[in-house]
Amino acid sequence: MKGNLTALAVLAGVFFLWEAAVRAFQVKPIILPPPSAVFADLFSAPAWYLGHAWYTLIVTLGGFALAVLVGVLLAVLIVESRLLDKSIYALIVALNSVPKVAVAPLFVIWLGTGAEPKVAIAFLIAVFAIVIDAVLGLKSVPPDILDLARSLRGGRFATLWRIRFPCALPSLFAGMKVAISLALVGAIVGEFVSSQRGLGYVILSAQGMFDTARVFAAILVLAAMGVALFWLIALLERLAIPWHASQKEHVHTS
Amino acid sequence: MKTRPAASIEVRGLRKQFGGNGVVAIEDASLSIAPGEFVSVLGPSGCGKSTLLRCIAGLESPSGGSIMVNGASVSGPPEGLGMVFQRDALLDWRNVADNLMLPIDFRHGDRAAVRERAAALLALTGLQGFENAYPAQLSGGMRQRVAICRALVDDPVLLLMDEPFGALDALTRDQMNIELQRMWLAEHKTVLFVTHSISEAIFLGDRVVVFTPRPGRIADVIEVELPRPRRLAVRASERFNGYASRIRTLFEGMGLLKEEA
Repeated sequence: MKGNLTALAVLAGVFFLWEAAVRAFQVKPIILPPPSAVFADLFSAPAWYLGHAWYTLIVTLGGFALAVLVGVLLAVLIVESRLLDKSIYALIVALNSVPKVAVAPLFVIWLGTGAEPKVAIAFLIAVFAIVIDAVLGLKSVPPDILDLARSLRGGRFATLWRIRFPCALPSLFAGMKVAISLALVGAIVGEFVSSQRGLGYVILSAQGMFDTARVFAAILVLAAMGVALFWLIALLERLAIPWHASQKEHVHTS
Repeated sequence: MKTRPAASIEVRGLRKQFGGNGVVAIEDASLSIAPGEFVSVLGPSGCGKSTLLRCIAGLESPSGGSIMVNGASVSGPPEGLGMVFQRDALLDWRNVADNLMLPIDFRHGDRAAVRERAAALLALTGLQGFENAYPAQLSGGMRQRVAICRALVDDPVLLLMDEPFGALDALTRDQMNIELQRMWLAEHKTVLFVTHSISEAIFLGDRVVVFTPRPGRIADVIEVELPRPRRLAVRASERFNGYASRIRTLFEGMGLLKEEA
């Protein structure tokens, strides 16, 4: 809580300096508008911003949810099958280094100009972080515990469900924290490529009219959304794995 | 507590080699263990004593010879097996009570049916009141107590312990020896207890099986005739020291112990 207050104070200080600098050096608003102008634009049409933010949020969450679903499924297959581990996993690690943004225009050709191509891009950018961290987590079970599961005559599914899965959760959450931010990037890229809605569209159309204050306002909303989404995952993490070392301060409350 | 009859173990000419022409861990080991017997397996590090235990547990398949548990050839973990590892192998995400229930969950059993036994085991090890604690909140000794309770909760016919107290400090280790003996006296499970501590092996065992360094062969089997329940003070007795010096002589003969440089 104290950390949050400090962060807020720093943020307020940055805005204050920004405002002061713009006024002192008489910077043209088209280059850098003062925060007062940015906030004025934001609060001139809050519902309009909210509508576009909502669209971007839905696309982001859609892409993210799909990435978690497909990513975890792929990770399970990779961990359970030697063959897939050697083939698919190596391919996935290699594909991860391809700039996925570059394929965004393809999705417009394939999926049209609705929400689908944006969700697809958000998914594609986010899914690698999930697969790689989930595989790491599923493989991180101590050998003693795998021996224990075998000695209890646990089958493959029981071992996966009762041992590997919970063991992978800390790693999976680390991956999800990265992936949620990447999904947001994907959503914006999708909206840049072709869209009539969303914050990416707001930024692009404001840029066309040299409305710099509006670009900044949209970026501000995006930043707030990014932070809120990250916090949401962190909150889920705290609820899901209170036993893990990373959540230590919450464990030792009894 | 009503318990199942303990298992017998019959190991004949066991040989275990890792890989096609890799390390030979065990060579020609034969051993009969009667139901309800407590057998200590003693030897230097890397002598194959853990491999023997893992072969009996069905976690490793022998390269030669045979292993029977209750007259049935071992191919995979036998039914009614309880295992305790050097590191407790507790599940960090389950509290003590739920960790105890793992064997029940794995066989889709009824948790309620063993709740009474679980509570009794926790009481026996001084863990009552810690049911809701997570492993991260427990000391090393307490964690290992939970692991032992977990191995016993489903009323196993055979208990295999692989250096369970190796990572504990000397005082906790003594305490655990006393508690383990008490538990064993209550139910007389068949126990195979791997250790590299001479005094622990004698204190706990009905017999001490002494292994040679790699490849592990059985050098000698020593009958320990000390009345039970044994108290820690027995370790200062003449008879106890007689066994200990016999074992030390064995180790000296293997070149493992040297008085002069």
